[in-house]
Amino acid sequence: MYLRYLLLGTGFGFVLTKAEAISWFRIQEMFRFQSFHMYGMIMSAMLVGIVSIQLIKRFKVRTLSGDPITIPPKQFHWGYVIGGVIFGLGWALAGACPGPLYALTGSGVWVMAIALAAAVFGTWVYGWLRDKLPH
Amino acid sequence: MDIRDLLSRPWPWYLAGPLIGLMVPLLLIFGNKMFGMSSTLRQICAACFPGRIAFFHYDWKKEKWNLVLAAGIVLGGVLGGIVFRNPEPVRISAATVADLQAAGINSQLGLHPVEIFSFGALLTLRGFIFVVVGGFLVGFGTRYAGGCTSGHSIMGMSNLQWPSLVATCCFFAGGLLMTWVLLPGLLRL
Repeated sequence: MYLRYLLLGTGFGFVLTKAEAISWFRIQEMFRFQSFHMYGMIMSAMLVGIVSIQLIKRFKVRTLSGDPITIPPKQFHWGYVIGGVIFGLGWALAGACPGPLYALTGSGVWVMAIALAAAVFGTWVYGWLRDKLPH
Repeated sequence: MDIRDLLSRPWPWYLAGPLIGLMVPLLLIFGNKMFGMSSTLRQICAACFPGRIAFFHYDWKKEKWNLVLAAGIVLGGVLGGIVFRNPEPVRISAATVADLQAAGINSQLGLHPVEIFSFGALLTLRGFIFVVVGGFLVGFGTRYAGGCTSGHSIMGMSNLQWPSLVATCCFFAGGLLMTWVLLPGLLRL
């Protein structure tokens, strides 16, 4: 039941690592506009995603167990802006977003397990302060 | 060329990007699942230390598949970073190498610079800021923003959601602010 997700995750983690998308160096290169590598990767991933979802909608593709596929829309709130900037600051500092934090932890940059723990703590603090934050 | 050689070399963006994009339809077809990795951080909070925080009292077990996916990513990291490790330095552009050398980052060996990202450096102010503060901001910011690069920039954008475009632009705004304004001072610490 869960095996397919384990295999998919393994493939995803492998691709992220091989493409160096989890490398601090590549993230710096991206934010300094000194290479097309990360932009090409993100944009081609988006393109495949857009075409896939259009095809799924057009042909009313169902899940493996025969259920209809429904994608809930994103509801805008100001957290997208404030939280987005805060995440961006951390992304450039640690050189990783959540998916890569997992991949880095496995890839031998062991200290990133601490960054992952700090990210869990950050999420916890958000939950704790949530009612007091503007959204 | 043997297979081991092929698996050890870094991959170009035009191979990796489309494969990453396939996560979107595969998860939808596997079980109507939405791609988004930052949710797993909330699940870990809910499973391990929910406290009395309402935000962490939800049926996180229904989202267990995502934690399994995350475990797979760790495994993928082991395969890509250790078993089929790239022995060469990361081939970033000469301009980035020059910029980083000016800031005292001299080696591109490994995925992250050893000068900053090591257990030894963690005890210095600089190492603490990059690893712990950086990680904290990622966890805090992604949940506040309702998603990260996977949930907004790939999944949300694939579904043509304008709030995800706003979020993605803000991710970049934060990253640019850090890289161009704050990082030069932090690298000198």
